Amino acid sequence: MSLKGSISAAALALFMASPAFAQAPVKIGMITTLSGPGGYLGQDVRDAFNLAVELEGGKLGGAPVQVIVEDDALKPGQGKEIAERFMKTEKIKLLTGIIFSNVAGAVVPDILDNDGVYVSPNAGPSNFAGKECHKNYFVVSWQNDTLHESAGQNARNLGYKKAFVLAPNYQAGKDAIAGFKRMFKGDVAGEIYTRLDQTDFAAEMAQIRAANPDVVFQFHPGGLGIAFMRQYAQAGLLEKTPMVVASPSLDSVILKAVGDAAAGVNVSSHWNSDFDNAANKKFVAEFQKKYNRLPTYYASQGYDTALSIAAALKATGGKVDDVAAFSKAMAKADFQSVRGNFKFGPNQHPVHDWFALKVEKGADGQLALVTKGKVLENHGDFYAKDCKL
Amino acid sequence: MPLLIEQALNGVQLGFMLFLLAAGLTLIFGIMGVINLAQGSLYMIGAYATAAVAAKTGSFLLAAPAGLAAAALAGMSMEYLVVRRLYARDHLDQVLATFGLILFFNQLTTILFGRQPLFVEIPPFLNGSVPIVEGLRYPVYRLAIIAVGLATAIALYVLIARTRLGMLIRAGATNRDMVRALGVDIRLLYTVLFGVGAMLAGLAGVMAGPILSVQVGMGEQVLILTFVVVVIGGVGSIRGAFVGALVVGVVDTLLRAVLPGLLRQLMSSGSEADALASGLSAMGVYMLMAIVLLIRPKGLLPAHG
Repeated sequence: MSLKGSISAAALALFMASPAFAQAPVKIGMITTLSGPGGYLGQDVRDAFNLAVELEGGKLGGAPVQVIVEDDALKPGQGKEIAERFMKTEKIKLLTGIIFSNVAGAVVPDILDNDGVYVSPNAGPSNFAGKECHKNYFVVSWQNDTLHESAGQNARNLGYKKAFVLAPNYQAGKDAIAGFKRMFKGDVAGEIYTRLDQTDFAAEMAQIRAANPDVVFQFHPGGLGIAFMRQYAQAGLLEKTPMVVASPSLDSVILKAVGDAAAGVNVSSHWNSDFDNAANKKFVAEFQKKYNRLPTYYASQGYDTALSIAAALKATGGKVDDVAAFSKAMAKADFQSVRGNFKFGPNQHPVHDWFALKVEKGADGQLALVTKGKVLENHGDFYAKDCKL
Repeated sequence: MPLLIEQALNGVQLGFMLFLLAAGLTLIFGIMGVINLAQGSLYMIGAYATAAVAAKTGSFLLAAPAGLAAAALAGMSMEYLVVRRLYARDHLDQVLATFGLILFFNQLTTILFGRQPLFVEIPPFLNGSVPIVEGLRYPVYRLAIIAVGLATAIALYVLIARTRLGMLIRAGATNRDMVRALGVDIRLLYTVLFGVGAMLAGLAGVMAGPILSVQVGMGEQVLILTFVVVVIGGVGSIRGAFVGALVVGVVDTLLRAVLPGLLRQLMSSGSEADALASGLSAMGVYMLMAIVLLIRPKGLLPAHG
């Protein structure tokens, strides 16, 4: 609760300092994951979102805003309770912040049923992208499958024919393998669903070695990925079998924790810290200045989410009360994304470019993600065709 | 054949890892009658202290004792400040208090180290792999886990069965008041014992650091499996924890290793077989626990009688 208190106090202080005192601030409710192994994901989204607000002097799109942050602890039930409190007690219309698809699955329908607007900075589950799409539901990050479609395309571009695929046994894991296979089109030598609470992957390593594939694709976000990558290298597989992953399996935080075991891994992502555009340069520099750490792609999405909301607020004159008008303004995506090209597709999920990255030693001898080239251009998602808005 | 040997080794190694965690838990429960949910936090403290000291000094040999000391110290202060007040209460109060401690330690770790996972390097002398049989190389570090687990099991046996401290511990478990009447400072004894249990968890944390991710909440991930080990082995029995941990480790690993291939041969659809196999292997150890409880409700090697 002190977290919420201090952030609203900070927002309030900024608000007091600003001369445009007449307008009551637009409240934005952020439900995100701040505790447990997934905590750094939510932290980066929150910090980058707040950074965007701060850079505009406590405003977004000229309208003073108050960001209220609560931790869902990766529990769908807790997320639902927070959403209810935000909407009923705080009268918040505009919500954002959810990291994990299972939390989004429980919370988002409640928000939309209550005539609220939800802008996702991360989770983009397939079930809300197709038939169930909604005019007040926006995803700034990506549709889950597309992350792994980019990895599949990357593996194909790199000329691999036989892949071994692994992902945890839950919805996003299944989406990952489906997405990878959709674009890879080669042989699948083996397909393993690991457990979400698994820490030891020795049995899987032995199976990969026995199958002898050209390439390994794996999706293990957060701490799972750290354990997986390290054990992959320790099993002596990294020198033998290259690995292709999408960005959640190897963000800059994981890279730091994995160390040399990640050298040479192929990553595909919609954003990287080295992107050469003005918006991104400003974002990366300001983020490092304020928080003294490299932003992950989660941070880039939190920042883009704030910018997209800012653009909509600017168009509506700082009003969210007329939800239809606000959503219409949101859909235009009239902002400069840190990832470069960006627009919303027919289902209000992004249409953007995907890039191949590789883990290499930089000039300072530290491993870093280096952008190599484009994998997919103006790529939408598979489910957009089922969406009738 | 090398594949099967490798998988068996993997199972044994996982078993020893679980033993280190379960031994402390079962020791504390068997002798002091306290259910310590915060055992996972002590594991986390061991791992974090090791990571922090290793990052500062660059030496694993300095970092490992630091990890053990931090866990033991945290355990003893936990006993002195909180758990001591709960011996006379029922298990539900103990569960509630130690669950609170989990939240406390997770938040404290977040404040001290942040949410980003930490990196621990494998000590250079344990890096690499060695040939076991023709066509099979096995990572040295995993062999080291087996060796440390085995050494710990022997040391615990000697401590409990052959030393004066062990005698007092056993006596204290049987009749606390009588031991006190004979002039032994049972409160100090319990504090020390709690420290030993905490150190075992810390040791597991030290060993886990280089192969897993050192992060907030890492203890809760292993806690459930640890309880399964304790229940299968017999609550309060170190021997039971040893056998239970090896059984759980081997069964879990072999199910994950063998089941997908087996089901793929039996079923027509490959991806359905994979999904079923992963579901069944996830249930495996819990089904094992249910079977053990049906046949031997007190576990494989119960503590008393």
